[in-house]
Amino acid sequence: MEKMVNIYLFGKQYSVPEQLTIMRAMEYAGYQLVRGCGCRNGFCGACATIYRIKGDRELKTCLACQTKVEEGMYIATLPFFPLVKQVYDIEKVSPTQQIMMQLYPEIYACVGCNACTKSCPQSLNVMQYIAYAQRGEFDKCAEESFDCVMCGICSTRCPAGISHPQVAMLARRLNGKYLAPRSAHLENRVQEIHNGTFNELIEALMGKPVEELQELYNHRDIEK
Amino acid sequence: MYATEFQESLKAVEAAREANIACEPARMTAKEKEDLLAAYHPDYKKSEFATLRVGPNKGEAVPRELCELLEANSRIHADDVDLSDVRYDVDVLVIGGGGAGASAAIEADAAGARTMIVTKLRIGDANTMMAEGGIQAADKENDSPAIHFLDAYGGGHFAAKRELLAKLVCEAPEAIAWLNNLGVEFDKAPDGTMITTHGGGTSRKRMHAAKDYSGAEIMRTLRDEVLNRGIPVVDFTAAVELILDGKGRAAGAVLMNMETRELMVARAKTVIIATGGAGRMHYQGFPTSNHYGATADGLVLGYRAGAKLLYADTLQYHPTGAAFPQQIFGALVTEKVRSLGAKLVNRQGRVFMHPLETRDVAAASIIRECTARGMGVDTGSGEAVWLDTPMIERIGGEGTIESRIPAMMRMFMRYGIDIRREPILVYPTLHYQNGGLDINVDGMTPNVENLFVAGEAVGGIHGRNRLMGNSLLDVIVFGRSAGKNAAQTAKTVRPGKPTLAHIGKFDAERAAAGIRTDAVSPRLLPDYTRRSSET
Repeated sequence: MEKMVNIYLFGKQYSVPEQLTIMRAMEYAGYQLVRGCGCRNGFCGACATIYRIKGDRELKTCLACQTKVEEGMYIATLPFFPLVKQVYDIEKVSPTQQIMMQLYPEIYACVGCNACTKSCPQSLNVMQYIAYAQRGEFDKCAEESFDCVMCGICSTRCPAGISHPQVAMLARRLNGKYLAPRSAHLENRVQEIHNGTFNELIEALMGKPVEELQELYNHRDIEK
Repeated sequence: MYATEFQESLKAVEAAREANIACEPARMTAKEKEDLLAAYHPDYKKSEFATLRVGPNKGEAVPRELCELLEANSRIHADDVDLSDVRYDVDVLVIGGGGAGASAAIEADAAGARTMIVTKLRIGDANTMMAEGGIQAADKENDSPAIHFLDAYGGGHFAAKRELLAKLVCEAPEAIAWLNNLGVEFDKAPDGTMITTHGGGTSRKRMHAAKDYSGAEIMRTLRDEVLNRGIPVVDFTAAVELILDGKGRAAGAVLMNMETRELMVARAKTVIIATGGAGRMHYQGFPTSNHYGATADGLVLGYRAGAKLLYADTLQYHPTGAAFPQQIFGALVTEKVRSLGAKLVNRQGRVFMHPLETRDVAAASIIRECTARGMGVDTGSGEAVWLDTPMIERIGGEGTIESRIPAMMRMFMRYGIDIRREPILVYPTLHYQNGGLDINVDGMTPNVENLFVAGEAVGGIHGRNRLMGNSLLDVIVFGRSAGKNAAQTAKTVRPGKPTLAHIGKFDAERAAAGIRTDAVSPRLLPDYTRRSSET
């Protein structure tokens, strides 16, 4: 017999098997989810959730697909939160501090409360990556924020109204496009392909009978 | 930390670790692979397949669950919808908001077409977001598109459409460069050299990655670009039926708001199906690594309108789905774990195969270990084998796991398992739809004009099995191509009078075949209500 626990979905009590995640518990209770459910594996950030254990003062945050239910859990999901996403032309911006001041000036209103970091279900140091963004250190901001799933929980807790995931998104794109070293071997290969360097090789393969390709495949040399 | 029932086997794994790191198991011969697949791969289990009785692939076998959907009733009748009441009027309609749909929309927009994305969940709720290990491209000195072609062609059992595969490998370096230019952060050495590794079945190290968030990094960048361009994204809205014109050409779709159930008409000059895979169909009762909306919708939409399927009888079971703990049952454990040196080990601590065989072979080998050979570990909800992750730290040095596969580390740490110190339990999980709608090299279906398909909904690019890292590649290469070609085609198309007559035609064919069914399709979402497990 499964051991059951009592949880409260938007305040209403349900008894559910204790091994379930919050997401599975909602389904077990009868919810056919449309919002608040995406990849179900902790990558997409669709299932931001806020909860409190009965008798506990602390408000906790998590991804519903990655968190087991507990006895006395009061649960509210946050399937949508109005983050601010500024639009820009990636070809026309440059990776300087100026761009953050233009697009996301509210980051300079950060009061240093650290509520964003405390709430992050990915355990990222959110306040630190915002500090890097303020200083125009986009490589560091990119690295510190890399595992962000853009669930937006940090922004729900921010007294300055910062949309942290969007700030980090901009920093990562600037870093990936402008700051990270260029890959000469990649650019060369693209050029070679444009020049038709491999056309003959490919066409020769395409024209071979299957038996011959099987031979080639079964005896190909594999890099160690 | 594992409970006591695992301790005995765990001790055997630990005791054998040093010897197992040194051991280089032989790769299987072509004959050994063939026999193994025939005996243990789920694709070969005849009782799980049914023969289609209607539609363009009549007489061919597909998974039973898919057969039911393909033969099912439409969600609408032709007279439920007033086709003259047009809510959205665009040049290019993209159905699906994953990697292929976003790439297609960006290119169609860049080509000047009025483009719209419609998606039943949010943009980015897609298998692309969950791809962990990487993306292939032959861009190193010792590699070439021809070598990439041979690896993929052989890995797919020599069944790929050659012209599609040639396009995939030849446009791969350009795809990586395009992504990099959009700002995707690839793992690079300080001099800019891409850090690349092997995947199962590759003969050169050509797997490019962004840690083990490769797909997420690509998807969030594409999504950001779609939004920057102001391309309309109509979310929480599903396409439930294609609209054709009098000449049988694609001319739009009937849309349904997922929350209010309102039906709407989207008119378009060309349509791109980029609806992804089918893991949530749970074929043969397998768990899945796929996102919530992976229910084969595009196959159904295309099939009912007359488009043909290719290789719809072949699915990919990823060899290493998480088998324990139960909360992450079926979740993907990226192949990169094996690329970095972890080996598969049975209950007694023995390495039973080369860790980098192709996925179908690896999956069949694990199933054999857990069934006929009785060498699996009982997890309480089935059998599994060990994937010895601590080997990675021994081979690559301490810190390798945290820097190269942080998502894996986090996923298991949430349940108290430190994969740097303890191995993990794995079993095959339903991962990828090898088959799908047939396309020509421009991405259009041969049977329905002006209907394009891109991404996992396509069949024939990979053949009957797909290599790691070729799917992220295919969503980019064929997504971009479909977007460009759909935009180009839209310039000259003059659609005729819109019609839903194909629904009635399909109904008549079903009735003539003597099929009685209450099922409706596309499915849109799985139903997990009032059940304590997904399968």
